[in-house]
Amino acid sequence: MKKFLIPLALFVVLVLFLAAGLKRDPHEIPSPLINRAAPEFSLQTLSGKSTFSPSDYKGRVWLLNVWATWCVSCREEHPVLVAFAKQIAVPIVGLSYKEIQPQDDPEKKLSPDAQLSLARSRGAVWLERHGNPYSLSVMDLDGRVGIDYGVYGVPETYIIDKEGVIRYKQIGPVTPQLLTNTLLPIIRGLENS
Amino acid sequence: MNFCGLISKNSRSPVAVLPTRDRLAGLTGFVYFLISGLIAVSFASNPVLAKEAEPMASDAQVEARLVHIAEELRCLVCQNESLSSSRADLAEDLRAQVREQIVKGRTDQEIKDYLVERYGDFVLYRPAVKPMTWALWFGPFVCLLIGLGVLLFVINKRNKKIQSLQPATHATVVGAESNTNLTAPSQLSETAHPEHKE
Repeated sequence: MKKFLIPLALFVVLVLFLAAGLKRDPHEIPSPLINRAAPEFSLQTLSGKSTFSPSDYKGRVWLLNVWATWCVSCREEHPVLVAFAKQIAVPIVGLSYKEIQPQDDPEKKLSPDAQLSLARSRGAVWLERHGNPYSLSVMDLDGRVGIDYGVYGVPETYIIDKEGVIRYKQIGPVTPQLLTNTLLPIIRGLENS
Repeated sequence: MNFCGLISKNSRSPVAVLPTRDRLAGLTGFVYFLISGLIAVSFASNPVLAKEAEPMASDAQVEARLVHIAEELRCLVCQNESLSSSRADLAEDLRAQVREQIVKGRTDQEIKDYLVERYGDFVLYRPAVKPMTWALWFGPFVCLLIGLGVLLFVINKRNKKIQSLQPATHATVVGAESNTNLTAPSQLSETAHPEHKE
């Protein structure tokens, strides 16, 4: 009997490791940007009237939500954000990520200006229809800012603290459960600090 | 090489393929040409997969370096593909970034660091050696050593058992005591076999 105890123990350890591995989502890659300063950018807003930089919100806790009208999961997430925006005073900045997709302009005929205005009208219509949770939305047409933030799947949501440091990154749609159990406690903690 | 890698290598660009084709003379070159043609045709008939690779920069050297770097990087969207073979939009964007930085004269390491800064060690197919990855790099060798240790221990134990069972007058067995553990069992079996046959 004693002879089998060691292999059995090793087997149990192996099973525990594999079981833990099963629960992890391989698509959720831990971001190296957590606890680092949010990358600086200056982008035009959706309305085109002004530009926005993360430093504008220094001293405030804010959210950066990456979205696009072509993004299916964003549709699922959007009502949650709309309800959330009404509930809390924390500003949500929308990053309209690569609104013009390659298939929208297969022959690459659109000039940058034409792309921008198409993206603007599309985004505005979409927000009109689904509600606008954003205090403002900025245009990241070429996805450069997205790369700086390590965006690889839309939607993504970042919580940025008063010092402009990224404290949390949510990959995939924000659900009501996530909001109450994870995001809200973090936001409250950061606001009180 | 996986299927996707093969396709992208053929469809990617004549620029990247050219140096190889130079080396392939005559018939081999013709066969190669036929195969790539066939693949191109089979993909043209499939509208979903027929998405053409983005046109490459004219500089063949930049492209060669791009392929060299991107093969070591993982695509974040389709995680089992390298950045050089993936046709995800993000991979396209990241390749454009890498290309731009090559043109700017950045080193391979600087370009990789740029991506690690944004996407983490996950993008590297060859993670850096640091305390966090020690288990990954040295774990297998540690396991091997443990296995060797257990093996030697078991052999040694069995050896002693056999010795205690056999008459101590046997010269070879006595000699084996001073020998290494690994050679002892074979010597034992050599001497044991004739006895059994008798």
